[in-house]
Amino acid sequence: MSAHVPLTRKDFASDQEVRWCPGCGDYAILAAVQRVLPEVVEKRENTVFVSGIGCSSRFPYYMNTYGFHTIHGRAPAIATGLKLANPELDVWVITGDGDGLSIGGNHFLHVLRRNVDLQILLFNNQIYGLTKGQYSPTSVVGKVTPSTPFGSVDAPVIPAQVALGAAARFVARGFDVSKELPEVLRRAHQHRGASFVEILQNCPVFNDGAFVQITDRKEGPAHQLWLEHGKPMRFGVNNEKGIRLNPKTLAAEVVTIGEDGVTEDDILVHDETNRTMAWLLSSLPGVVALGVLYCDPAPSYDSAVVAQNELAKNKLGEPSIDALLNSGETWTVQ
Amino acid sequence: MDTPSTEIEKREELESVVIRFAGDSGDGMQITGTQFSTATALMGNDLSTFPDFPAEIRAPAGTTYGVSGFQIHFASHDIKTPGDEPDVLVAMNPAALKVNLPALKKGGLLIVNSGAFSSANLEKAGYDKDPLTDGSLEGYRLLVIDITKLTLDAVKPFKLGAKDAGRCKNMWTLGLMYWLYGRDRQPSIDFLRAKFAKRPELAEANIAALNAGHIYGDTADLPTDITPARVPRAELAPGKYRTIDGNQALAWGFAAAAQLSKIPFFYGSYPITPASTLLHHLAKLKHFGVTTFQAEDEIAAIASAIGASFGGALGITGTSGPGVALKGEAIGLAIMTELPLVIVDVQRGGPSTGLPTKTEQSDLFQAVWGRNGDAPLPVIAPATPGECFDFAILATRIAIKYMTPVILLTDGFIANSAEPWRIPDASKLEPIEVKYHTDPEGFSPFKRDPETLARVWAKPGTPGLEHRIGGIEKDSNSGHISYDPANHHKMTLTRAQKVQNVRQILPPATLEQGESQGDVLVIGWGSTYGAISQAVEQLRKRGRRVSHLHLRHIWPLPAGLKELCGRFDQVVVPELNNGQLARLLRAELLVDAQSFPKIAGQPFKIREIVEEIENRLAQKEVSR
Ligand SMILES: Cc1ncc(C[n+]2csc(CCOP(=O)(O)OP(=O)(O)O)c2C)c(N)n1
Ligand code: SF4
Ligand SMILES: [Mg+2]
Repeated sequence: MSAHVPLTRKDFASDQEVRWCPGCGDYAILAAVQRVLPEVVEKRENTVFVSGIGCSSRFPYYMNTYGFHTIHGRAPAIATGLKLANPELDVWVITGDGDGLSIGGNHFLHVLRRNVDLQILLFNNQIYGLTKGQYSPTSVVGKVTPSTPFGSVDAPVIPAQVALGAAARFVARGFDVSKELPEVLRRAHQHRGASFVEILQNCPVFNDGAFVQITDRKEGPAHQLWLEHGKPMRFGVNNEKGIRLNPKTLAAEVVTIGEDGVTEDDILVHDETNRTMAWLLSSLPGVVALGVLYCDPAPSYDSAVVAQNELAKNKLGEPSIDALLNSGETWTVQ
Repeated sequence: MDTPSTEIEKREELESVVIRFAGDSGDGMQITGTQFSTATALMGNDLSTFPDFPAEIRAPAGTTYGVSGFQIHFASHDIKTPGDEPDVLVAMNPAALKVNLPALKKGGLLIVNSGAFSSANLEKAGYDKDPLTDGSLEGYRLLVIDITKLTLDAVKPFKLGAKDAGRCKNMWTLGLMYWLYGRDRQPSIDFLRAKFAKRPELAEANIAALNAGHIYGDTADLPTDITPARVPRAELAPGKYRTIDGNQALAWGFAAAAQLSKIPFFYGSYPITPASTLLHHLAKLKHFGVTTFQAEDEIAAIASAIGASFGGALGITGTSGPGVALKGEAIGLAIMTELPLVIVDVQRGGPSTGLPTKTEQSDLFQAVWGRNGDAPLPVIAPATPGECFDFAILATRIAIKYMTPVILLTDGFIANSAEPWRIPDASKLEPIEVKYHTDPEGFSPFKRDPETLARVWAKPGTPGLEHRIGGIEKDSNSGHISYDPANHHKMTLTRAQKVQNVRQILPPATLEQGESQGDVLVIGWGSTYGAISQAVEQLRKRGRRVSHLHLRHIWPLPAGLKELCGRFDQVVVPELNNGQLARLLRAELLVDAQSFPKIAGQPFKIREIVEEIENRLAQKEVSR
């Protein structure tokens, strides 16, 4: 097969017509994934995309890999069983803010705390796209939608915080049209264990401009904080801003170097293995942290299951149905 | 055997005995019962047991709702039920007496632990007078012993704490019962030494209590109407036997199926009574190639199993009725994507939480029809604990051969009751053929075997077969998403026909007992097997023209069933629900199946079925 010929982007595009709305952010995410896969995947046949239900979850149909478009919210559980059945597979989970955090919230929690070796990409458009625009668990308070004609009154969750609270070992963030998204995906793929990536995604039909603060061509870059391990957290049009820890409130604050006596030494240096820092970065005032917020690998669940199965085999020996059926008390009738 | 043969001579010979052990949940009645069962099996009797325990793990001591019971029926002939009424009741406290006395046969033997008959316990049980002294127990052969005190005396040398010492009284009682029915104590002694390997003083104290109970029988002056008995060996078919309960048999069946199919097995489950022990058993059998996964809920349990099946393993999930309700949508996904999967439903009393520790057969509709869309799947139901072994293998075979989820229905009674089981010869078990598709030439995921209509099983990791499946309808040829009306019609019919094709490997309708025509055909399914079978036997001995058919394959129904029903004047369906199988038979076969429901959380008594049939026969006679 294709083992010796290097794979290209085209090898990962299926023959199915892509059916998202024109201008949907999902197109850009698809392109980023199709760009990264040839670089990180050796055997296309070992790659599987598992999704739930939503616009985002149509994703697997457009990938020329194995794919499973399942039921609403359950992709993490299906992917867990798949990975346990064949740990050789490279399994990606595609979910949405409704799929992953509402109906599938329970599975989202457990797949992360178990640390199953999967890449979990959550397309966050802060809306239910497929069902025509109801508010979601990440929608801002006051969002007017068909189900909240007077504005939503529920408090939203911050996906990265849910993930950190669920003891995720890898938490990253990107956005649909960003040119750095492929690099974020590469890092997620490299990490062994559950890698959680929130991808801010524009839904031009039902929630247009939800992330315009950071995606605007002109103003956007000033509000993007791209994180690099070991580097000071600086951003701004002229890189004049930075993140400082306020020791009194234990909160991260935005400061301008050169103003109020702030020097470079005051700026926090990113340590992606620091969970507390990741928590601070998950929600910043006026700026969005992007890239790898947290990466601190631990043994994956699937590897522990395999190890325990092996241990049992070594301890209990060759299986024998006869021995099993004849174990314990038996008696013979002549 | 430690009973001298001269002593056996003195023993009264009985054909069969039904004993019910009853006490507080903390009194260890389940262990007493299972130990007595093992000893009885080793004596060569046929037996059937029925553990009946409360939902509360440790209900407040002394209350009637905390009473735990274990009934065993053993005999020198073939028996199939744990017995209608006990001949012997062992009541460890007033509450146990209060709850169980109504069941005891008139003139039956009543053994009571007077040590627990304090005024506080009497009050908790709702007695305003002491039944041991107020003459209300006159109709029974009464043996009142202060078991609590005699136990404490027997274990004194071991210097246990008051709690541990008191706990030995179930072994004292067991010792006395062993003496009464001439059972060998050694297996229980071995059991105690193994169970308390880390606390040998507990093992020895329990053994001392066991021996003391036994010696008590030998030496105490018992009332003259209480004499030791013996129940001769039963004539069982030659072979090697063991006792087995339904969940253990299922677990072993799946382990065997893993070996027979030579593919990885995956069991995803979420704990629920009475299915949890299936997970416990399978978790010990990892070396058979079974991975077990305790999921976060029932939906994740089935979802993980479906993921495993997609990956080329056999996914299995086990639960009870409430869990099946949660799994409904995912079962539909497995039907739509045509993946092999086994769903075990160990039924319990419903709806909702219902009667979690009691038995019922009320998930039949849920199993056959309980999903959105036209979503058929095979439903099979073993009749006895031992059959669970074969049915685990059968369910696997059907799931793989027809690429379909299969529901295997058992119930709390089958899951928990033990019976002697003739150990099958593993070398005679037929291998389960698995064919993963590997050829990319002309591949489509919905390419079918023309005979079975099963689609190909193409697992991820196979080069050249990259494809996408999912819950949306797929084109019958290409396997791509399709909203085409005619295609959906065709695919729905194809899925239904594939399930009907399972008849290809199932036997036609066959009578269990009786002529192939007559006055009444009794149709049962699942755990009612024993009661129906013995009821029909009794009726036939009286010359009634009654036959018994036991459905083990509920969907699709076996071939020839309608014709068979037509050869009987009446068709009666006893079942532990409000007439579900009867309705299904009426709908599918257009036969006048009459329901005989019992929805009490308890199995049928043989007598209840005999009376029902006699009444029906008599009514027919009158109307003639
Ligand atoms: C059991 C079930 N409940 C409800 C739905 C309807 N439904 C489909 S997608 C969806 C919300 C999807 O939102 P999100 O996950 O944010 O995906 P998006 O469409 O925004 O990408 C809902 C409620 C369903 N398909 N299944
Ligand atoms: S509804 Fe929104 S999320 Fe869905 S495809 Fe259209 S633009 Fe994209
Ligand atoms: Mg959404």
